[in-house]
Amino acid sequence: MDAQNRKKYWKINLYYLLILLSIWFIVSFGLGIILADWMNRFRIGGFKLGFWFAQQGSIYVFVILIFVYVWLMNRLDKRFDVDEK
Amino acid sequence: MDVQAWTYLIVGITFAIYIGIAFWSKAGSTKEFYVAGGGVPPLANGMATAADWMSAASFISMAGVISFMGYDGSVYLMGWTGGYVLLALLLAPYLRKFGKFTVPDFVGDRYYSNTARTVAVICALFVSFTYVAGQMRGVGIVFSHFLKVEINEGIFIGMGVVFIYAVLGGMKGITYTQVAQYCVLIFAYMVPAIFISLLMTGQVVPQIGFGSKLPDGNYMLDTLDKLHSELGFANYTDGNKSRIDVFFITMALMVGTAGLPHVIVRFFTVPRVKDARISAGWALIFIAILYTTAPAVAVFARTNLIHTVSNRPYAEMPEWFKMWEETRLIAFDDKNGDGVIQYVKDPSKNELTIDRDIMVLANPEIANLPAWVTALVAAGGLAAALSTAAGLLLVVSTSVAHDLFKRNLFPDINEKGELIVARMSAAVAVGFAGFFGIMNFGFVAEVVAFAFGLAASSFFPAIVMGIFSRRMNKQGAIAGMITGLTFTSAYIIYFKMIFPELNNPDHLWWGISPEGIGTLGMVLNFVVSTLVSAITPAPPQDIQELVESLRYPRGAGAAAKH
Repeated sequence: MDAQNRKKYWKINLYYLLILLSIWFIVSFGLGIILADWMNRFRIGGFKLGFWFAQQGSIYVFVILIFVYVWLMNRLDKRFDVDEK
Repeated sequence: MDVQAWTYLIVGITFAIYIGIAFWSKAGSTKEFYVAGGGVPPLANGMATAADWMSAASFISMAGVISFMGYDGSVYLMGWTGGYVLLALLLAPYLRKFGKFTVPDFVGDRYYSNTARTVAVICALFVSFTYVAGQMRGVGIVFSHFLKVEINEGIFIGMGVVFIYAVLGGMKGITYTQVAQYCVLIFAYMVPAIFISLLMTGQVVPQIGFGSKLPDGNYMLDTLDKLHSELGFANYTDGNKSRIDVFFITMALMVGTAGLPHVIVRFFTVPRVKDARISAGWALIFIAILYTTAPAVAVFARTNLIHTVSNRPYAEMPEWFKMWEETRLIAFDDKNGDGVIQYVKDPSKNELTIDRDIMVLANPEIANLPAWVTALVAAGGLAAALSTAAGLLLVVSTSVAHDLFKRNLFPDINEKGELIVARMSAAVAVGFAGFFGIMNFGFVAEVVAFAFGLAASSFFPAIVMGIFSRRMNKQGAIAGMITGLTFTSAYIIYFKMIFPELNNPDHLWWGISPEGIGTLGMVLNFVVSTLVSAITPAPPQDIQELVESLRYPRGAGAAAKH
């Protein structure tokens, strides 16, 4: 793989990280902590929403984020032919 | 059969399985001893990581802690799961590509410096020992509770079992034992939770149950908030801590998790970079099953408890209440002499003290579940404590045998000699851990904040910059690690050990608890190392090429074969 492709691969990787880690930050520190009081005005079932994000929602999103990352990276590795044989 | 007989039976069977696995997967080489030969399938590694991660504290204490902290307990729920996102995205795949055995290996090689390696070894040893002392104590407590032996005898039995499979099997033995231990502990956690959820709300899934309605038609959480305000406690769903404190503690725990050596090393055991990524995902799923159930158990237990005891006559308390009184986990002090239990926030009027551990340990009894469920909880607690202890002991023995002996002191030692040193240091480490458990130094619980704070303020920034910055050099990394460490330790020692009476929001900086200060330590580390590396020479060419090579997965398999 030439240097330019390598650079491009790394740039896309960093871009994925930026998006995924922003979501990571928003669901936990955003919705679950900083905005918790505001979120608590909304409800799903018996849960106040801020409380739910802090004790349930953020954890579900964490799991999803990792699997999305794995899927994105495996696809990217193939596209740039840097995957393991 | 009674609880006692069931407990002997179930604990006996699980122990036989663990030891059987240890013999079957005996380690024959240092590579097998340190990283299980690098051939663990990702799903199994995920389970092993989950068991490694979830300690006696997660299994026994966490739900209880949350049930007393309410919303504030979120710091543990998010903090101890969110770190896996950082681990999967920022560390695991690159460290796997690097393809060595330990975290100090990476720090030493990446920063081309034995000083950096030594700093890393000291941190790894300190963090692991802090942690493992608590685990051995946990083993002793569970044994004494359910098998009616002395705590110290319990610790000796625990040491014996860990000794067999950690010293003999190394990482290979530990990994496959942890897979079995995960199955035991998650089954033991879920069965009572599901039973209680069904009893209280008619919902099978506890995660949904605690947001459902009680038989009287009110939502459980609303009822709990109302009970709390009647008794003078803060609303369960709001908590007491300031938001900024919650923010800092959560961040420190997340980053600390991602920087803990016994967690990171698990990602050296899989065959490929791809597997390192996905096994972090599996690990988090397996952890999330327990971590999303814990807040439900907390709410069930809290509601049950207040309903059962608050303003009820002492004479009418159920049998479990008396039983746990004997073990002093519950204490009733009838201050106004009316024979009725007043459980309120005001300490001058409150008559009931409850140990947090009771919430999980006594749950099956409180909900009147069959005897075998109680026995199962005992086996689960032991599985959780043993798996974490073994994982940590391995980090200790690897750090001593590989990082200190092989890489620092005696580079000429051969494979066989290194393996003997590794086994001996594992044995010594088991002895030390048992000693700490038996002595039960009061400071053990206090220093757990250290483990996360140190990992957050030293390892995490050094590793992340080692991977993502080609320019980061040895001067920067060492200066950063030392700044982060010194700052974080000073703050924790000052507020937890020298002046514990000042440990309140009036004196703390911006109200940040010592548990959360690692976040600031991490930021300082990043700033200092960036500044120092900017004014000192760039790292040598071969190091820059090493960093470059970490970024592309191809070739990781080959690295694992040396």
